[in-house]
Amino acid sequence: MCGARMNDQEQQPRREARVEPVSTARGLGQGRDHHWGEFLVENAIRVLGFSAIGFVVLIFLFLLQEGLPTFFRVELPILFGQRWYPTFDLYGTMPLILGSVLVTIVAIAIALPLGVATAVFVREVAPNWAREILKPMIETLAGIPSVVLGFFGMTIVAPLVRDVLGAPTGLTAFTGALLLAYMSLPTIISVAEDALDAVPKSYRDAGLAMGATRWQTIWRVVVPAARSGIITAIMLGMGRAIGETMAVMMVTGNAARMPVTADSLFRPVRTMTATIAAEMGEVARGSTHYHVLFGVGIILFVLTFMINLAAASVIFQKRRRGGLR
Amino acid sequence: MNNLITREDTNLVAKLARTIGASPKLATEASLAQAQAETNVRVGAAVSAGGMTIENLTAGFADFTAVSNISLEIIPNKITAIIGPSGSGKSTFLRCLDRLHEEVRGAWAGGRVLLCGEDIYAAGVDPVQIRRRVGMVFQKPNPFPTMSIYDNVAAGLRLNHFRRVPQLDEKVEQALRQAALWDEVKDKLQQSGAALSGGQQQRLCIARCLAVEPEVILMDEPASALDPIATLKIEELMRELAREYTIVIVTHNMQQAGRVSDFTAFLMMDEDRAGRLVEYGHTKQIFTNPKDKRTEDYITGRFG
Repeated sequence: MCGARMNDQEQQPRREARVEPVSTARGLGQGRDHHWGEFLVENAIRVLGFSAIGFVVLIFLFLLQEGLPTFFRVELPILFGQRWYPTFDLYGTMPLILGSVLVTIVAIAIALPLGVATAVFVREVAPNWAREILKPMIETLAGIPSVVLGFFGMTIVAPLVRDVLGAPTGLTAFTGALLLAYMSLPTIISVAEDALDAVPKSYRDAGLAMGATRWQTIWRVVVPAARSGIITAIMLGMGRAIGETMAVMMVTGNAARMPVTADSLFRPVRTMTATIAAEMGEVARGSTHYHVLFGVGIILFVLTFMINLAAASVIFQKRRRGGLR
Repeated sequence: MNNLITREDTNLVAKLARTIGASPKLATEASLAQAQAETNVRVGAAVSAGGMTIENLTAGFADFTAVSNISLEIIPNKITAIIGPSGSGKSTFLRCLDRLHEEVRGAWAGGRVLLCGEDIYAAGVDPVQIRRRVGMVFQKPNPFPTMSIYDNVAAGLRLNHFRRVPQLDEKVEQALRQAALWDEVKDKLQQSGAALSGGQQQRLCIARCLAVEPEVILMDEPASALDPIATLKIEELMRELAREYTIVIVTHNMQQAGRVSDFTAFLMMDEDRAGRLVEYGHTKQIFTNPKDKRTEDYITGRFG
């Protein structure tokens, strides 16, 4: 009854509009007056939304403003040199970049098989009740503060690495990679699991009906079909690993040496993030060192951006192909 | 008594053929004459290669019974159509025939399903082996999205080989020819199967199914997602395949059942929503002279 009346009211201006265009303008004007509250809320949301974008842009501009002078103040061969001795004005960022890359790649190399295997287990193998316990547990892992993990790494993992692998110190790139692998696991597992979940049942059926065992079906049909989602999971895990600071700073030993020798993995290393975190508090504002640290920030940003871009392009390609349905 | 002997005879022929590794044809030909000679569906024929006997099959999910107490015989080298209204358990019934039903969580099945006289639900029978002997084609074309056309067909053959499969190229070509797809795809075997049209994709799925040389092919509404011309092609293909294979097809389309099938089974759900077999017989008889009132009503379009 009420709905019908409202319909009538709405339709009346439309009927008028067909006869007399002038009344349309009045009708619309009235509508706006009536809905000025709507207008207010809409614009408030718009302002808030744009301000979020604005803050991101401002941070980025600040990073550029403080970081770009680096590339004028320090000669490029020195900036990408092999020695990082800020006290002697040697700002070679190569050890830091390679340090970050080494730790991240090893971390992903450890986390990828573990993460994908866990995702396959949770989605394809585990019985319902186990999945219901496992999923929240894995998601809780992501919430452990990195400083706690760093502490755990220092007191438990580092001595283990030293004793088991015979490294001179337990604070090595490998220790850092282990912790980072642990930290990126929840991301990888939950994204990969979603990707597996999105594989249509019809592909599983097709695999099984062909005479494949359950394992063959998972390995040859389901996992390849979820490939793009799994790649996204790796990229996201990498993004988390390369940007991680605290745990890495606590366990990698922070020696800015070039990780190019064969045993580098089991020697101390210094990452970009740890460098910024450790040194930013001690530099004079406006000094070359200060700007270089921001420069390192820019390099880190570019690296992360490239990883995200790669992940996004994979997702984009998948969409363009019409998705996996 | 006479029946019993026939059954054991054909069983023996089938087993012999299997053990000496001959193509199922040998056994099939032996029983074909017999099957053709029979004017009605009778115990015995289904025991030979490619024949299936379903005895008191009851299946469902958790506390829901989807099909109840179905018994019928699938005659080798014939096309058997399963028709019935939505929800009458046609698909569940079909999925029981290659033990795919049990892959769904909470699914259960009881009764006996004999393939060439062997109970596929007997203890110790590997469902994977059964599925290689009983292939399946699904409603929606589902070629593996990440594989090329060639790999799609080869996938089944590669399952048991860690290295190169002997004569893989020949086998892939043969399967594609059987599925009447070879001429259309021979120049683009390395392209993705997803790039083909719907009808081609479905024939690719049929080729994938044929490549492992099954004895029985189950088809779950294979043409319902296709346009009329592609549907016609699939139907022609089915007639062609029936020379060598036993085919069971679930279909919503009664004209299709009438056009392609030799035998028709009509399933319908009861008050308890479980699907039951109402009538089974020669397609001609089911469509022209149904014995059951419900079959007649369904055939003439009075419901469903």
